[in-house]
Formats: sequence, structure tokens, C-alpha cells
Amino acid sequence: MLIYSIINRHLIFNSSISIFNLKQQYKYHPDHLKNSEPTVYQEEQLKSEEMLINMGPQHPSTHGVLRLEVITDGEIVKDVIPHLGYLHRCFEKHAESLSYNQVLPYVDRMDYLAAINSEHAFAMGVERMLGIEEQIPKRVEYIRVLLAELNRLASHFVAIGTYGIDIGAFTPFLWMMRDREHILRLLEWASGARMLYNYIWIGGLFFDVPVGFEERCKSFSNYLKPKLKDLENLLISNKIFIDRTANVGVLPMDLAINYGVTGPMLRGSGLKLDLRKVDGYSVYPELDFDVPIGEGKMGVVGDCWDRTWVRYRECEESIKIIDQCLERLTGDLKRDKEFDPRAAVPKKIRPKAQDFYVRSENPKGELGYFFRADGKSDKPFRVKSRGPSFVNLSVLPEISKGYMLADLVAIMGSLDVVMGEVDR
Amino acid sequence: MTFEEIKSIISEKFPDAILGEDLNATPHALIIDKKSIFEVCELLHTHEHLYFDMLSCLSGLDNGPENGTMEVVYNLYSIPFSLHLMLKVELDRNQPEIDSVVSIWRTANWHEREAFDMFGIKFDNHPDLRRILLPLDWEGFPLQKDYQEQEKYHGMNVIYDRREEVENWKEG
Repeated sequence: MLIYSIINRHLIFNSSISIFNLKQQYKYHPDHLKNSEPTVYQEEQLKSEEMLINMGPQHPSTHGVLRLEVITDGEIVKDVIPHLGYLHRCFEKHAESLSYNQVLPYVDRMDYLAAINSEHAFAMGVERMLGIEEQIPKRVEYIRVLLAELNRLASHFVAIGTYGIDIGAFTPFLWMMRDREHILRLLEWASGARMLYNYIWIGGLFFDVPVGFEERCKSFSNYLKPKLKDLENLLISNKIFIDRTANVGVLPMDLAINYGVTGPMLRGSGLKLDLRKVDGYSVYPELDFDVPIGEGKMGVVGDCWDRTWVRYRECEESIKIIDQCLERLTGDLKRDKEFDPRAAVPKKIRPKAQDFYVRSENPKGELGYFFRADGKSDKPFRVKSRGPSFVNLSVLPEISKGYMLADLVAIMGSLDVVMGEVDR
Repeated sequence: MTFEEIKSIISEKFPDAILGEDLNATPHALIIDKKSIFEVCELLHTHEHLYFDMLSCLSGLDNGPENGTMEVVYNLYSIPFSLHLMLKVELDRNQPEIDSVVSIWRTANWHEREAFDMFGIKFDNHPDLRRILLPLDWEGFPLQKDYQEQEKYHGMNVIYDRREEVENWKEG
């Protein structure tokens, strides 16, 4: 991937020189870093045994462009200060100048590992603002949930796989990427894109799923069940993995709630809070699934192992949901010629003037959107996205103090943040 | 617990705090005086029948120079009682200042830094009010409605306009 991106960058760089005669604009000055992203701790403040280490932004275990300013005493972490914003793409400013349906592709690019889930939340919010959520056909909702759960699996696979590679297990990463590829191909078959789908529309879907999709999904879910067992044997219950993650980065439940932490992290701390159950949005009330929570099997409740274990168990639950969705989609909600996934898509999307907060369960936690519609235009007056990664990352300094520097990598990986959503 | 009951709990303790309500909003919103936002939040957080322990979202909002106001919107959620509440506070656009709620919900730390970064809203008693997403030497607050980009940043053009280059390319 790295080599690919280097080659890619060269191609773009060279071609832009030849085509556009691009002049170099950036003026180097040694003070630039000091002015734009200064460290919070100054050299003079540090005690003689303390050291300031910069981790990132170009560091493989920070999962993107995240810069951590780490104060260490020997190998013990004294303080961590995250510096963000390297991937800031002004989503909220863009959203103010685009109509609601044009915002949807931007939503994909926030959490690019779970784009369908983000789309689902956004579309749900706008549909509720318009008051058309009752008109959405059942089959559409089931397809949405099916694809969202597939995407949740893909997101958790990346989380678990890269977490393994962070702390030295190479094989699970390749296995997870292989299985994720099956999911991405399924989603590509349905939507035409591997990662950024723009498949869920406000009021419907881009298209019905292709003929034979349900059968392929079924065979995929049969294929995946034993593979998940393999994953447990290889990684989750591996002694080295347990030694590295159990009792590390313990996040107590009350601290997690106070920091607004949600998703597998909060459930890893022992609170059974899943918005799919609590809010019961979409067709989730009709589906039967459990909400796994961390029990401290290998150490303390809320340690890194618990968080990973919750993600692993959620994969099993997602397969359960997928199977039930497929049963309905091939049963009473079977495809027919009359079915039009765009039947309820509104011609004009202009919600009444109102403030609206919608939330849904992303693979990483509570994804919320705050809308203000002014009732006069097709464009939102303000969209604020409350990304779960952004909020979950803010707890990192709190739970990494006092651990070793190598454990900081383990804690960072167990948060499962996507920088695209942190910086938006 | 209904919205009216929540409202009466607040107005009992702080009779001047509630300036109005917005039943059109989802969840229903209370408009709070900016002077008493900290006390109201503290009450909501500690009250035995409310216990709003999660601050889901804190958003800044600019109503534009013609209205002359900015807003801060709090979305609260109570996990044990499954209650939702929205609080809205209106601020003067020329001098947006409000008390920070970091000492109640520590998640507000980054949310408030983001609101400061994007709107220039000052949060008093915030432990570490710096820009969070933009670099520290960026000029202006981008989500304000009358925001104008700076022309150059470290020698680079900020406004993305390549029309001239494309024209040159077509000709040459």
C-alpha cells in the first residue's frame, strides 16, 4: 500500500508539472512548525529525567495522520497530547453550500471504513426531518441494514486486523483483509464502488441489489462463520496477544461516560448500551441479536482485550443479523418487478425550519448529526457531525498515563479511530 | 419524565434561567440564558431524577451578521432514564463568550475547542482553549457566515483557483 501510494504520488506530481507548469508555492521557514503546531510542553518546563517524543503524524501505528506529543520518563508515559487536523477537509463548511442529497457523498468520506453506516444515519436524519420515514418500503430498509451490517463487519475486520499488526501479529491482518475483500466485492457489486458507495439515498436506494446478491451473501456468511472461529483461536485467545492487551489501558465505565465514549469502547467497559437496541431505529427492533459487553475475562473490565473481544463478538452478532435480513429478503420481501427502490425519493428536499439531532450506531460508536434547516432553501443551514472517533480519541491521554511507551501503541490501536472522521 | 417536568425542575431552582422553549426541535429544546448555563448543566447532571450523564454533542452555530447572534447547542442524553434534551444558548456575535462545561462533562473539552476553532466562541474557564483542527497561525474562523479566506498560508495559495493554469495549458 505504501509503495503504491508513493508511485501514485509520483505520477500525479510529475504529470501536474508537465501539464500545468506548476510552480512551487510553499516557502520553507524553520519557524513554521513552531507557529502552526507548537508543542504544549516546552523544553524548559520538562524535568531533567523527562523527554518529549513526537509520535506521528507519519507513523504506522497511529492509523492515519495523527500526531501524539508524548512526555516520557524513561519508558513510562507521563502525558500524551494528540494534535489533530492533518486530514481536515471542511466537511461542515462544504455541507452548508450543498443540497442535502449532495452532502451524502461527503458523508462517505468521513468514516471511509464504514461508509454505508454513515450514509444510513444521514439519510435517516433527513427523512425524519421531512417526515417521510414511514413511507420507506420495508425491502429498502432491510437492504440498508444488510449492507450496513456487512460494512460493520468490514470495519471491525480492519480494526482487529490492524490491531494485531500493531502489536506484532502479522497473520490475522492478512486473514482479515482477505475476508474484508469479499465484503468489499459484494458492496462493489451492489453499488459500483469499493469503499465510498453513495448507495443509500434520501428516501430510498440508488438501485435494488443485483440478482443473485442474496444467495452470494448467504454463501459468504456460511464461509465466514468458521473463519471467525479461526480468528479467535489465532488472535483473540492467543497468549501473546492476551499478555500485551489484558490489564492495559483500563477505561472505567464512569470515566467512559463522562468522556462521551460510545460504541465497542463503552461496551468493553461493561455498559450494555447499543443504540440499535436503545433507539430501535430502522428495522432493528424486528431483528434478534445480543449486545456483547466486556466482562474482564482476561484482566480488568475495560482493558484493551475487552474492547477487542467486544468487536469480535459483534462480528458474530452481525452475521446473525445478516442471516435474518437474508431470510426476509428472500422470503416475504422477495424482489419483484414492481419494486422501485426510488419510489419514496423526494423530488425536492426542503425540510421545514427546525433543529434536529439524529444518532445511530456506527461500528465505532454513536454517530450523530445536528441539523438546522431554515425552511427556505434546499441547503442545510448548519450540519454538525459528532463523529465517534473524534470523541473516543479524546479519552486517550486519560487512559495511557503510567503505561509503557509500547503499551501506548496497544492502547491507541484498541481505540479504533479513523482519522478521516476525527478531522472531518 | 416529560419535557414539561424537566422544565419545571429547572425553573424551580433557577427562575430566570429559561428564556423560552422550542417544541419544533427534536429533541425538544430549552433556550437558556447564557449567564446560568453552567448552573443549569450542573443541575441537569446531578439531579436524581434526570441525571444527564452524557453530553452527546456540542455544536456552535452562526446566525450570520444580519442577525448578529451566535448559538451554542447542547445535546444531552441520560443513560439511566433514557431522556433526551437540547439546550440552546444565544450569544452576541461580536463578543461570543460563554462558560465552559468541561468540569461537568470532560467530553466538552474537545467539542468546545472545535467550536472555538470554527466560530471563535470563547469558553471561559476552559483548561486548554487552543485551536484543534486548524493550525494555530490560521487567520479567521471558517464556519462564520461571513468568513473570508486568507490569501496565502506559508506561501501557498489558499483559494483554489486553477482556471488560469488550465487556460495556459489549453493554449500551449
